Amino acid sequence: MSAVQAKPLRIVLAKVGLDGHDRGVKVVARALRDAGFEVIYTGLRQTPAMVVDAALQEDAQVIGLSLHSGAHMTLFPAVIEELKKREATDIVVFGGGIIPDDDIAELKKLGVAEIFTPGAPLEEIVGWLRKRFSETAAS
Amino acid sequence: MKRADGIETSTISGIPVDPVYTSEATRQLIEELPGEYPYTRGIHKSGYRGRLWTMRQFSGFATARETNARYHYLLKHGQTGLSVAFDMPTLMGQDSDAPTSRGEIGHCGVAIDSLADMETLLEGIPLDQVTTSMTINSPAAILLAMYLVVAEKQGVSWDKVGGTLQNDILKEYIAQKEYIFPPQPSMRLVIDSIEFCAREVPRWNTVSISGYHIREAGSTAAQELAFTLADGFAYVDACLERGMQIDDFAPRLSFFFDAHIDFFEEIAKFRAARRIWARHMRERYGAQNPRSWQLRFHTQTAGVSLTAQQPELNIARTAVEALAAVLGGTQSLHTNAMDEVLALPTDKSARIALRTQQMLAYETGVANTMDPLGGSYFMEALTNRMEEEAEAYFQRIEEFGGVIPAIEAGFFQKEIADASFRYQTELEQKRRVIVGVNEFVTDDEEPIEILRISPQAEQEQVERVREVRRKRDQARCTRALESLRKAAQSPDDNLMPHIVEAVRAYATEGEIMGTMVDVFGLYTERAII
Repeated sequence: MSAVQAKPLRIVLAKVGLDGHDRGVKVVARALRDAGFEVIYTGLRQTPAMVVDAALQEDAQVIGLSLHSGAHMTLFPAVIEELKKREATDIVVFGGGIIPDDDIAELKKLGVAEIFTPGAPLEEIVGWLRKRFSETAAS
Repeated sequence: MKRADGIETSTISGIPVDPVYTSEATRQLIEELPGEYPYTRGIHKSGYRGRLWTMRQFSGFATARETNARYHYLLKHGQTGLSVAFDMPTLMGQDSDAPTSRGEIGHCGVAIDSLADMETLLEGIPLDQVTTSMTINSPAAILLAMYLVVAEKQGVSWDKVGGTLQNDILKEYIAQKEYIFPPQPSMRLVIDSIEFCAREVPRWNTVSISGYHIREAGSTAAQELAFTLADGFAYVDACLERGMQIDDFAPRLSFFFDAHIDFFEEIAKFRAARRIWARHMRERYGAQNPRSWQLRFHTQTAGVSLTAQQPELNIARTAVEALAAVLGGTQSLHTNAMDEVLALPTDKSARIALRTQQMLAYETGVANTMDPLGGSYFMEALTNRMEEEAEAYFQRIEEFGGVIPAIEAGFFQKEIADASFRYQTELEQKRRVIVGVNEFVTDDEEPIEILRISPQAEQEQVERVREVRRKRDQARCTRALESLRKAAQSPDDNLMPHIVEAVRAYATEGEIMGTMVDVFGLYTERAII
């Protein structure tokens, strides 16, 4: 917890893929900002390479991906691949959107840390990030 | 104000609601009948007795072949009109073999790259008997051209073709964000299609001015109402500026609203919409034809109200929302399937959704009386309140200099983001309850079966568009695209005939869009949180 307070987590939130549904990502952005994190929102239609570029430039520890078009099984793993290529796998990736349970299990195997589906309370997302990073700091 | 258990008593949009309403609320009420100006109570004298609403389930997935089979299935089960959902690459005007189409093909609708796909999509569907709604915006003119060329090939003349094109570009900048060109050339293309249809396809509803996406993006009911009607007025202004006569195009403008979960508020919204449109069309624009005054609308139940938790509950939510649409006098209706919060619907969930409408139409008796809530103290008060809020927003939009300057200033985007965050906060604080989400949660949920799009569909579609390019008369295609480019460069030329010719020559959607992008450029928005 103290690590978070000393230096706020920097989070890049991105809409990957072609869809423009940005209600969810904007609500999450405000909630994370209000929770004390530093949030950089990239805007719409980011390619995996653009997202990773943004995360590296911004020195972010976390990438949050939002997608509602059903292309998550292609684009989320592509972001993970891009991170491997750029040797930046220490950046934690989480995601949200219209994503069925089976796909969530598969995405976690591929290296996505967590997926939040419609209806997930903001508190849960904030809590998950705090927990994840306090554990890292402690270990 | 809160209830004893801490739950908000205002509507879901935040409009304060009294515990009881009295005749005080209707003292100013002027007796009005359905079918009479300003149509608060509905546009038809006989309500649904003359004609039920059209049950129009929005569907499309994977390839044109698979979607065509779903259409035949839905028509066989009593659906009365088609409604095409396109995939993201099609919506964004790019071909299936474009690099950024990877992973997106056929996932949230059907992939259409060229006339060849449209021919497959509509195979065995007589276009003089079935009307079709196409939910597409930036590339709307191209998809309309494809539809018309298929009709031509079926031997159906364009004056017999009926349907609706969403073609509402303004709400893309405001909410759904599927824009491609900057606003001005986008508007030109919309007005070109209105002008073309007024001449050549008189039964076509040229623009379905949409509040649905504005609402789904998180707006309140009053914002949905106000921003949508403001967009409608902007199209009217642009057509008048083009030199068209109001009664030549206004009867073919239609609307598309959301039916959210706050029952009475939604009905009030529909009633207010009709009244506001009628008054502005008649009094402000001087339209003479009553059809220009009559606001006709399609409704879809609120996708955003569905929950991934205990998804079967979505059937009940959708039924309540659909009832609001019917009591509000909708002309056509899409009921969401319970699994749309997880994926595209299965055959079974799509059937349940359609059956829900049929229950309302045939079992409940609600279709027998028009505007049954008319005269209710509460309903009339809420309808008036909706109208007042909308008029206040028209003022504010006017202060920006109109819809496009307000878009460029980020006004709508900010209003919507604020409203959606406010609502989310209320949920977090449990001042509002969503059953199964923040209250009444079940831990041991059984997963439901969902539709999977096979990865083969993507590969097939990529090969198909390449084959179209190989087999077509390339010289004819190049000529058609060149003539489109020239037309795009001269602002007085109507682009529609050029697009139709390019479609006939099997130019792909991406090629036609690309030609126009070369001339018009791309739009990017300033991201507003």
